[in-house]
Amino acid sequence: MATLEIKDLHVSVATEDGPKEILKGVDLTVKAGETHAIMGPNGSGKSTLSYAVAGHPKYEVTSGTITLDGEDVLAMSVDERARAGLFLAMQYPVEVPGVSMSNFLRTAATAVRGEAPKLRTWVKEVKQQMGELEIDPAFSERSVNEGFSGGEKKRHEILQLALLQPKIAILDETDSGLDVDALRVVSDGVNRYKASGETGVLLITHYTRILRHITPDFVHVFAGGRIVESGGAELADVLENEGYVKYAAIQEATTAS
Amino acid sequence: MTAAAEQRTTTATPMTQEQTLDSLGRYEYGWADSDFAGASAKRGLSEAVVRDISAKKSEPAWMLESRLKALRLFDKKPMPTWGSDLSGIDFDNIKYFVRSTEKQAASWEDLPQDIKNTYDKLGIPEAEKARLVSGVAAQYESEVVYHKINEELEKQGVIFLDTDTALREHPELFEEYYGSVIPHGDNKFSALNGATWSGGSFIYVPKGVHVEIPLQAYFRINTENMGQFERTLIIVDEGAYVHYVEGCTAPIYSSDSLHSAVVEIIVKKGGRCRYTTIQNWSNNVYNLVTKRAKAEEGATMEWIDGNIGSKVTMKYPAVFLMGEHAKGEVLSIAFAGEGQHQDAGAKMVHMAPHTSSTIISKSVARGGGRTSYRGLVQVNKRAHHSKSTVKCDALLVDQISRSDTYPYVDIREDDVAMGHEATVSKVSDDQLFYLMSRGLTEDEAMAMIVRGFVEPIARELPMEYALELNRLIELQMEGAVG
Repeated sequence: MATLEIKDLHVSVATEDGPKEILKGVDLTVKAGETHAIMGPNGSGKSTLSYAVAGHPKYEVTSGTITLDGEDVLAMSVDERARAGLFLAMQYPVEVPGVSMSNFLRTAATAVRGEAPKLRTWVKEVKQQMGELEIDPAFSERSVNEGFSGGEKKRHEILQLALLQPKIAILDETDSGLDVDALRVVSDGVNRYKASGETGVLLITHYTRILRHITPDFVHVFAGGRIVESGGAELADVLENEGYVKYAAIQEATTAS
Repeated sequence: MTAAAEQRTTTATPMTQEQTLDSLGRYEYGWADSDFAGASAKRGLSEAVVRDISAKKSEPAWMLESRLKALRLFDKKPMPTWGSDLSGIDFDNIKYFVRSTEKQAASWEDLPQDIKNTYDKLGIPEAEKARLVSGVAAQYESEVVYHKINEELEKQGVIFLDTDTALREHPELFEEYYGSVIPHGDNKFSALNGATWSGGSFIYVPKGVHVEIPLQAYFRINTENMGQFERTLIIVDEGAYVHYVEGCTAPIYSSDSLHSAVVEIIVKKGGRCRYTTIQNWSNNVYNLVTKRAKAEEGATMEWIDGNIGSKVTMKYPAVFLMGEHAKGEVLSIAFAGEGQHQDAGAKMVHMAPHTSSTIISKSVARGGGRTSYRGLVQVNKRAHHSKSTVKCDALLVDQISRSDTYPYVDIREDDVAMGHEATVSKVSDDQLFYLMSRGLTEDEAMAMIVRGFVEPIARELPMEYALELNRLIELQMEGAVG
């Protein structure tokens, strides 16, 4: 069973005034079969955590460890992390002009699975997943994310999740910019991925509404670059009613420093 | 000695892993055949050399005169002082004419073994067997060594010959059009070609005949310090259509070779010609080519120009839009790696009303290579209601490569629509990160981005050339990111 373990993680980004520490000691363990939600105010460092785990070069890990099933994730390049079973559904998926979605998906599947999927079963597989996510088949011949609406981009991120079947998936604000219908479609996609019970989900969100579709086992409140409170699904309801006001002091203290 | 040459001569001792990897390097056409013909060829250019070329071909007197006139122009013309650095060309060290075989072969089996091996390696017999082409010509060194055209086309009156044979067999047609689009005095290198030309393709498509499958030619330089000066002349008669495709390769030598072709095309009323080149010369070839077409009323001329190899390329395919509603199009794609400068572009001259032109240029520079887009759009007096669109995009793969844009516009008429767009972009960290986060290695991600960038032009290529281009991009991108 897969386990992602983050210990005392400190991460900095380069700014004009020198490196700035964003994550200040994050401890978190996500196991297969679990869904963790990370919630928190804007600027608390939630997205930084997701980028640091995926290995974006802009984010420098200054101390702490990340392991996947005991393997040192920080020693891996971005693509090695993907092939090891990590996946990041991005908040802002990037456009790649001139590369068709179908070509991109098949190349990614080939890389992650270690061999090219058989053409006949592959076409069927993609078609079925696109159907489940209510994606128009015409999208497979369009350039990756180019001219897609916010909702279309997010559906395609979940399509990749479905096809690549990672051990641990991080969903970075997948719910942002989605209307009610798209939110349902995307959430259903995540729930299908979870259904096997062999995969873990780390869901990063600002709002509680996606948690009505995807039930978390654990909810963590992120503020000032670390987890300040953890609980069960009921914590989300508290946040729904009370907002992040309670954590504002922590947040301000750290952003000021 | 080059890795490829070494591979040939040291077959007795197995190569080390490093050598094997090295020999698999980026340029896969870098082997050289044994070179008896080239070894004995004379170096340097003089009136005697020009007379000798003409005499060996038993040419008519007018052609000898024309060559000598071109030689005088070549001596008088200055080297271009713009564009690429050409100071490395040593005209005295070049071999101007190398005859590799005594007679042209009519079937692959008749070709001398070493030449046959070369074209086998380039995959040409397969293309012919698979009927991907309706005619093939193969030029090895100075002359066309193999030639074949589909019988059906021949019956329809289509002429597809090497240029030397065409001069012998169709002297009137030849004399009428030769030099009518590009005079010898156009530039120093067109003069050089006029004096020393040998080989090339001659195509005539009669009125109304559509040649549906491309005619193809393959140019190969084998001799070190060789100058290849092929001359191509294409006449597309009224309402006719032809697509001509050429590919070029050469071995890797330590000193430079020169390829200086002249291509003249006449597209008559309502005709259409598409000319596709993928030059993949090795990185020691100066590729200085003059290509120009005349498009008459309602005619269409399309140049699809791919520049991947060579040390220096200076090439600006031109269309002179002579008649109303004539159309010109240039799709140009260039790759420059370490030590390469691709100075490429297009030239559109609007001479009549309601003419239109499109230039789309895409270039990729990596490893300190340099790409330049250099283009001219000229709209002459009376060419009212003309339209022109120019779009050039450059992609820089790293911090040490360079790209420049030199768009010249000369408009002498009021009622004209002009559009110009130019972009220079870098492969973004976010694009690389996105693709790598889906399991692609950095090289794979880079190659995918580059392929996507050139896709609008790649899709215009014949299938086997598009596949070849993709493969070349992957080779180019291997280890492109440090």
